[in-house]
Amino acid sequence: MRFEAIVVGVSSGGMNAMKVMFSHLPKDFKTPVIVVQHIGAHTDGHWIRLLNDKSNLTVKEADEKERIESGKVYIAPANYHLLIEKDKTFSLTIGERVNYSRPSIDVLFESAAEAYSNKLIGIILTGSNHDGTKGVKRVKECGGLTIIQNPETAESAYMPKSAIAASKPDHVLSLEAIAELLIELDKQI
Amino acid sequence: MEITPLLEAFFQKYSYDFRHYSEAHIRRRIINRMNVSGLESIDQMQSRLLTDEVFASEFLQDLSITVTEMFRDPGFYRSFREKVIPILKTYPFLKIWHAGCATGEEAYSVAILLQEEGLYDRTTIYATDFNQHGLSQAEEGIFPSKMMKDYTANYQLSGGKESFSDYYTSNYDSVIMNKSLKRNIVWANHNLVTDSVFAEVHVIFCRNVLIYFDNILQNKVQRLFHDSLINGGILCLGSKEGIRFTELFDRYTELDKKQRIFKKRY
Ligand SMILES: C[S@@+](CC[C@H](N)C(=O)[O-])C[C@H]1O[C@@H](n2cnc3c(N)ncnc32)[C@H](O)[C@@H]1O
Repeated sequence: MRFEAIVVGVSSGGMNAMKVMFSHLPKDFKTPVIVVQHIGAHTDGHWIRLLNDKSNLTVKEADEKERIESGKVYIAPANYHLLIEKDKTFSLTIGERVNYSRPSIDVLFESAAEAYSNKLIGIILTGSNHDGTKGVKRVKECGGLTIIQNPETAESAYMPKSAIAASKPDHVLSLEAIAELLIELDKQI
Repeated sequence: MEITPLLEAFFQKYSYDFRHYSEAHIRRRIINRMNVSGLESIDQMQSRLLTDEVFASEFLQDLSITVTEMFRDPGFYRSFREKVIPILKTYPFLKIWHAGCATGEEAYSVAILLQEEGLYDRTTIYATDFNQHGLSQAEEGIFPSKMMKDYTANYQLSGGKESFSDYYTSNYDSVIMNKSLKRNIVWANHNLVTDSVFAEVHVIFCRNVLIYFDNILQNKVQRLFHDSLINGGILCLGSKEGIRFTELFDRYTELDKKQRIFKKRY
């Protein structure tokens, strides 16, 4: 695989966006997808099960020390930062909030860029704060591919706009087009 | 950027061993500190650490994340009340260890719970951390008033039986916890990586500490806990922590799987 992992950052409007995106990905989609969605500290994993039902892939909460496997979608648990180690396992921490957020998109993206360097795809979707802006920049600096949801198609345009302004992304696309591109990239050796 | 040499040098000089902490976490803290202090390379960072002890102790604070709450995860405390308290009532005296107590909120929560269950008089709580700063704050028992709304909600959800505000006295923007709660708490500096067993205890709370450790260190600390617990003793971990991936998995039974409460086998 040309790319070994996909990280996704999404905030307000995220539930719908993820439903659209993940329902487009086929059952044999290999590249693991790792998501930070901003969510209240006390939500249980119910919405993750909901997403799992809507998707052809296994969608699950990321566990501490869990090894990242192909064909799975991992979601950061509420109230923890999610980081990726060099050996492609997850770490969870309860540090201070970053950009008022825990989990924070920047925290995931920056650690993922370190772990996967140019074999990483970073994606920013709808959202109303600037978390992820630094992270996506870092993905790019490390040679990864960056994709931002077209702000005009986003429920909340602020986060995609902020990410676009800070670093020239490789693609700016609608959700459906992002899914199509991912499917194509997933097939490349 | 390679961080291992810096951690190695830090250990040699100061005896604090972070070589088996989560690499991604430590890296993040190092980069933050470098940015804040205007250091441009990891080499610069390392030599500053080795020559400037004030800077080194700041760095130590950076690596000790003391984010905590009273009655954090109310469901856990509720389960503790229901499933663990009946077991504890069978002992004539109790020793409880809070490993990684940060600024003390968890130890005060348990003191409150034990008092309500009529067990506090026969209990000694050892609350330990390697962060001396946090320990001093814990010992003072002074917390910001603005947190009390959340803590009260947590307390009520956890099955609290009284009015939470009876446990502290307000003073402008801070509150001080009642003396009667501190009476049986011993605050002590203890490093889980380098220090050893110091008491045989009935219960260990080590919540949200092991997540910062790699597998090797988790195993080591789990052995320390196993050695410190009496047979039938209780181990309470954080809501995302488990022993499934450690060597000691089969030495415990699960009292509450979801709330991560384990009982050492006889
Ligand atoms: C996030 S706090 C957890 C506080 C509390 N147990 C809770 O769950 O709310 C983590 C604490 O672990 C402590 N800690 C980290 N490494 C340690 C070590 N090697 N020995 C003792 N304490 C340590 C830190 O100083 C910090 O206070």
